Amino acid sequence: MSMHRDILVVDDEPTVTQAVVKVCSAEGMTVTAAGHAAEALKYLDEGKFRLVLCDIMMHELDGFQFLEELARKGIHVPVIMMTGYSTVENAVKSLTATGAVDYISKPFTADELLTVLRRSLRIGALLDEAESAALPRNGSATYVSYPANYHRLGYVSWVLMEDEGTAKIGVSDLFLKAVDGIKEIELSAPGEDLVQGIPCAVATSLDGAKHEIMCPLGGRILEINEDAQAEPSLVEKDPYFRGWLYRILPSNAESNLQWLSL
Amino acid sequence: MLSKKIGFKLTFGVVMTVLFAIGIFAFFNIQSERKSLLSEVERHANQLSEALKSDTEYDMLHNDRERIHESIRRIGSQKSIDRIRVFNKAGEIIYSSDSAEIGKMVDKMAESCYRCHSAGKPLEQLATKERTRIFRPNPDSARLLGIINPIYNSKSCWTAACHAHTEEQTVLGVLDVTIPLTDVDRNIRLSRIAIVILGVSTVIILSLIVSFMVKSWIDRPVQELLTATRHVAGGNLTYRVEVKSEDEMGMLGRSFNNMTQNLAEARLQLFQSDKLASLGRLAAGVAHEINNPLTAVLTYGSYLLKRAQGQPDTRDDLQIIVSETIRCREIVKSLLDFARQTVPKKRKADINEIIGRAATVIENQLALGRVQLVMDLDPALPNVMVDANQIQQVFINLMVNASDAIGENTGTITIKTGAISLPSSEALQIKRALCPKRHDLVDRKVRIDGKPAISMRFRKKEQTGIIHLNPMYGSTDHRLGDMPSIEDGMELLCPDCSRSLIAEGERCPKCNSPIYSFEVPLKGLVQGCLQHGCGWHCWEQVDSTWNDQFVEIRVIDDGCGIPRAQIPKLFEPFATTKGQNGTGLGLAVTWGIIDNHNGTISVESEEGVGTTFIIRIPVTS
Repeated sequence: MSMHRDILVVDDEPTVTQAVVKVCSAEGMTVTAAGHAAEALKYLDEGKFRLVLCDIMMHELDGFQFLEELARKGIHVPVIMMTGYSTVENAVKSLTATGAVDYISKPFTADELLTVLRRSLRIGALLDEAESAALPRNGSATYVSYPANYHRLGYVSWVLMEDEGTAKIGVSDLFLKAVDGIKEIELSAPGEDLVQGIPCAVATSLDGAKHEIMCPLGGRILEINEDAQAEPSLVEKDPYFRGWLYRILPSNAESNLQWLSL
Repeated sequence: MLSKKIGFKLTFGVVMTVLFAIGIFAFFNIQSERKSLLSEVERHANQLSEALKSDTEYDMLHNDRERIHESIRRIGSQKSIDRIRVFNKAGEIIYSSDSAEIGKMVDKMAESCYRCHSAGKPLEQLATKERTRIFRPNPDSARLLGIINPIYNSKSCWTAACHAHTEEQTVLGVLDVTIPLTDVDRNIRLSRIAIVILGVSTVIILSLIVSFMVKSWIDRPVQELLTATRHVAGGNLTYRVEVKSEDEMGMLGRSFNNMTQNLAEARLQLFQSDKLASLGRLAAGVAHEINNPLTAVLTYGSYLLKRAQGQPDTRDDLQIIVSETIRCREIVKSLLDFARQTVPKKRKADINEIIGRAATVIENQLALGRVQLVMDLDPALPNVMVDANQIQQVFINLMVNASDAIGENTGTITIKTGAISLPSSEALQIKRALCPKRHDLVDRKVRIDGKPAISMRFRKKEQTGIIHLNPMYGSTDHRLGDMPSIEDGMELLCPDCSRSLIAEGERCPKCNSPIYSFEVPLKGLVQGCLQHGCGWHCWEQVDSTWNDQFVEIRVIDDGCGIPRAQIPKLFEPFATTKGQNGTGLGLAVTWGIIDNHNGTISVESEEGVGTTFIIRIPVTS
């Protein structure tokens, strides 16, 4: 049996998979639900999916082992990890260590879920384009190469460590491309603390969807890029230089940076 | 198993000692009884033999053998006499109460003769003692006591008509009286039995009494202590030994209770310092458990909400479901934020600077609420040892609260700092006060200035009542009610156990009145004088180290104020005055942070006028 479907959702909590199936089907997406990682791997062997939505905390094979299995089997599919707030560190790890494209915090609303799914579907498509353009694709290669010395959190955000011990934070170009047109960017105020893996900014796209930008590095906000806030297109045009979002004083740079890729 | 028990060992030891003592007593007692009985019999026999001698003397001199025979037979037939015999010097039995013997010869080595004849040459004089002998004619017969009485030659003998004896002879013959010792032996046997019975019953009774005493005074308390030790070793630090006595065992029990109490308190402190971390784990666990069901509710809810755009009624209901679920999500989040706070990392910091940073953080929010922020900061404020992040969080919380209290109106938030010096009576609250039996005297139901008071019972003759002391150490603002003046004969007691709180043998150095005393766990004894107008107090651990320098920060708003009834519970978790807009953790976190810095936070508020939060942080903490 050969399947060609949009989404495979994996969670050992049936209420969660049923809810995802319901929401996505209503939006015209084809969804298959799997109650555990082994079942999901079986489906992936049998058919093709555009995207996998997988819980991290599962019995037997957990989300990490699932990603490892995918890599071992050479299955290329973008994966979104699901996690609670309590395991944000795990989610951060999953983006870097095992190449998930994004993650979503439970509990989520239908819109939040759809926003992340659509964005990731686009990222998947963009990555496929890149592949067909014969760019190398492995665990750490990206669609567009980052400037040197930039640490990145998956395909979402980046950090540049500065000489004074401060760090600049911004959004990755692939994320922006997938969002396609930012109407507005909401930033936190200076003095506030950012935590790695927790949203630090919200970008509203032209279609009204709110995209949370995960913070790549924890610390206290020293300065925000008011130009970017005033003119969100600046972020899209020059995401790595003039389009930065925050300058922060990292609270625990060393341990945070180990989860980011260069 | 039994032999390993201390009670058994002790009882066994006591019983053995008593057995030994009774044995020795019995031995000497029987010995002396035997001696006195024998000497009585001996005396009696001697008397008898003397009487016989003088009775028969006349007949002897007249050589009236028939009468002598008759006398001896008559007397010898008495029940208490075994036999009476008279030997002549050659050993021939001349007279005997047993007539069959008469004329027989007795060997010089026979039991009745060898006393005198054993040395070869016959002795002529013998003491009474040496004339007596105790023997058994054959092994299975009763014992007999024999006494020989030598018949000495005298002038009347050799001058008598019969001329039987010459003048040269010294001893003419021997009168031998034997008396059966049956009665004596029976008496000795009886008293031996009596002593054995006495011994056995003493041992039984004594061992019962001793084992009872050991059981109730030693064994049971020891068992109780042992159980308690096992409980405590197993981690149950609330286990208390029931102390019934005032002896060493009672003292041991009490000190054991004190020890576990202190241990429990130390553990509690340790636990409290670790509280945030454990709360973090708890929050993470709760968050994990609650996330999945919440996901389903939120996803279905928001999905239905999207589909219900055409039905305003349903849409409004669903909107509530979604927004309330999102509120749950925020509560879980704030729990996790609460959990992320760690033990304060204290550094020397300038409070004014921290306030400045906090103000920058919330300035945007304040501008929206048309709130003016006024800073009245003391530039000469001393630095304090604080965790700047946590203290900043405190100011943010208080400013956000102030801004919420102002609401839609225009208003002002004033932040005022200053250095003050505070006596302990304004900054050091006694939170626990223990009586000698470790009842907590702090009564949470009675408050003085909002702080739980220390309660005691006074008693003077018929008059009794409860008084409440101000928990701020050094304060004299007590609630003494109708207590009469302190003097000898007046008692101050623990309201729970009526144990005296008067320090025995100690007197107020100022006015020489009796003083009270109680223990603050891990911080030593607090003593004080309740004499009117005296106010003497002493707390060694505090008096020597008290530093009265404090930084005071007042966050003042002219908002809606806090209802009087809500003030006492303001700093408790989940007590929100903001209805659905707050999680109720903000002020609890604030209080926790300030308490961690050994500071105090208090609130003054009047509805419709405004609220002032007062924070005091010690300059060296």
